Amino acid sequence: MPDATGLELIAQEIRNEDAETVLDTEFHRGRAVLVINPARVKSVLAFLQNSGFTALMSVHGVDYYPHEPRLGVLYEMLDRKEVDRISVKARLHTDDPRIDSVTELFPGVEFPEREVYDMFGVVFEGHPDLRRILMPEDYEGHPQRRDFPVGGEPVLFTYNEEQNYGKYV
Amino acid sequence: MSEDERGERDERDERAGEVGEGPGVAEHGAVATAEMAAGGRGEQSLTEDHRRREESITLSSEPAGAGETHELLTLNIGPHHPATHGVLRLIATLEGEVVRDIKPIIGYVHTGIEKTAEDKAYWKAIPVVERMDYLSYYFNAMAFCGAVETLLDLEVPPRAQYLRVIHLELNRIMSHLVWLGTSALDLGAVSMFWYCFRERETVLDLFEMSSGQRMHTRYIQVGGVMEDIPHGFEERLRKFLNNMPTRADQYADLLEKNQIVLERLRGTGIVDRETLLALGVTGPLLRAAGEPWDLRKAHPYSGYEKFDFKIPVGTVGDNYDRYRVRHAEFYESVKIIEQALDGMPEGPHITPDRKVALPPRHELATSMEALIHHFKLVTEGFRVPPGEAYYPIESPRGELGCFVRADGSAKPARVHMRDPSFVNLQALAPMVRNGYIADLIATLAMLDPILGGIDR
Repeated sequence: MPDATGLELIAQEIRNEDAETVLDTEFHRGRAVLVINPARVKSVLAFLQNSGFTALMSVHGVDYYPHEPRLGVLYEMLDRKEVDRISVKARLHTDDPRIDSVTELFPGVEFPEREVYDMFGVVFEGHPDLRRILMPEDYEGHPQRRDFPVGGEPVLFTYNEEQNYGKYV
Repeated sequence: MSEDERGERDERDERAGEVGEGPGVAEHGAVATAEMAAGGRGEQSLTEDHRRREESITLSSEPAGAGETHELLTLNIGPHHPATHGVLRLIATLEGEVVRDIKPIIGYVHTGIEKTAEDKAYWKAIPVVERMDYLSYYFNAMAFCGAVETLLDLEVPPRAQYLRVIHLELNRIMSHLVWLGTSALDLGAVSMFWYCFRERETVLDLFEMSSGQRMHTRYIQVGGVMEDIPHGFEERLRKFLNNMPTRADQYADLLEKNQIVLERLRGTGIVDRETLLALGVTGPLLRAAGEPWDLRKAHPYSGYEKFDFKIPVGTVGDNYDRYRVRHAEFYESVKIIEQALDGMPEGPHITPDRKVALPPRHELATSMEALIHHFKLVTEGFRVPPGEAYYPIESPRGELGCFVRADGSAKPARVHMRDPSFVNLQALAPMVRNGYIADLIATLAMLDPILGGIDR
């Protein structure tokens, strides 16, 4: 992990290219996070990719309810040479959450981005195959959001097959 | 050879040419016929002669995959199919017997474990998290507990770290045994299954001895492990460690001198290192392609830096290398456990921090404070200061990372597992494209996907 100073240096380097890119930095328990402007996600990840963080290991979706903007997309970058990790966080509002897909830079995020779309409803623009991945195609809602209730899933039987299947009642 | 026959053969050769990139059955057949007609057998081994005769047989007038129209067939495999190692559905586009494209469809065992974990106190979330990748439960618990320990800034006692390493490596052996047994079963070697499950049984008995459960043991806890190992555990473990390398030798003897296994594994499902890296593939699959990336070495956790072991790597990146890498890991895991047993430090098996770990039973009778701690832990659980952590470890299938977001309460606000099977499954299409459908089964077996981990 880059230390707190290293994180600020990276943030400053990105800010030098485009001042509106890095909104904030977080350093907690040895974990370095760049909080970025969601519109610049591609350029930030491309910059990090060129500066050694060649692997994007994971994409997490997070719901920060009740804080605004509610949704967060987190990218876990890994530098295999220096064995260093840095996280990139983009915060999005729940009404029309959109962010650029980074599948062009990292083809391996196809499934993880689909998962975030499925679970949180974040639309990744430019994703080659943005469909639900774990939930059924006709499912309504995004179950990992904090305001999505647990339980109460109707089971489809003959007597209720006319009802809207998959919708929470 | 008559004029007519020659004409027919020329026509067939032309068709074979059309197949192009697909492995050409017709081509072989035609060449073999031509050579046999010429009478040029020469010196050859028995198998070569057998192959030659086998390939000269044409079952239909139309060679496989070389129809005039190049008709594509879409075939659905699964979700309930024994060769898919779980509830995996594959939509394969076939041209004859050659796979031109494949799409995995997942989600059939999605049980919302991540959502369930948000509703449980941290220490009650461990059992649900363990059930994600159901063959590597110690690893799931380790990743989750590691992330929570990072958030709590909690130090794990050395003895607990060693006990964790012993159980993690036993779990790695167990997981690889299941993989080897079921993969060999897919290749038609039924006996391997029983041999592998015999050793797996020994490992499960050891798990039962130390934790009371054979599967989903909930042995690893936040701050350490549930209990110290009982009397007699070390003796039985040592007996197993003495046996295991010999058993692994026997597996190798059974499989690596079997021509069917060799021919089905060698040179099939090759994907180069760069493609695998771009796809985010980790674990034995990546190491088989020649990249020595193992988090136990690269970024040691839980005291792995103290042990002397090697990372097996392959060269070609075919199914045979994948088999060899996992097989070699049996020996390395045994070495790690032996060192951990020899160098096991004395001390507590769980952190003495009463705010996180339950007080010992005997204290409850004498100490009011212990009773209060016990009550608070069992009813509410411990609170974790707000923050986020990502804790990656090397599971039998690659990088297993657990992301935990704490909001200051006693329940995690978000638990997300970066499951290696989920990411590795993306490499299935490049592995099986333009190969035979029979190789698809072998490649899928060597990919070792665990659907419980993929769907969570």
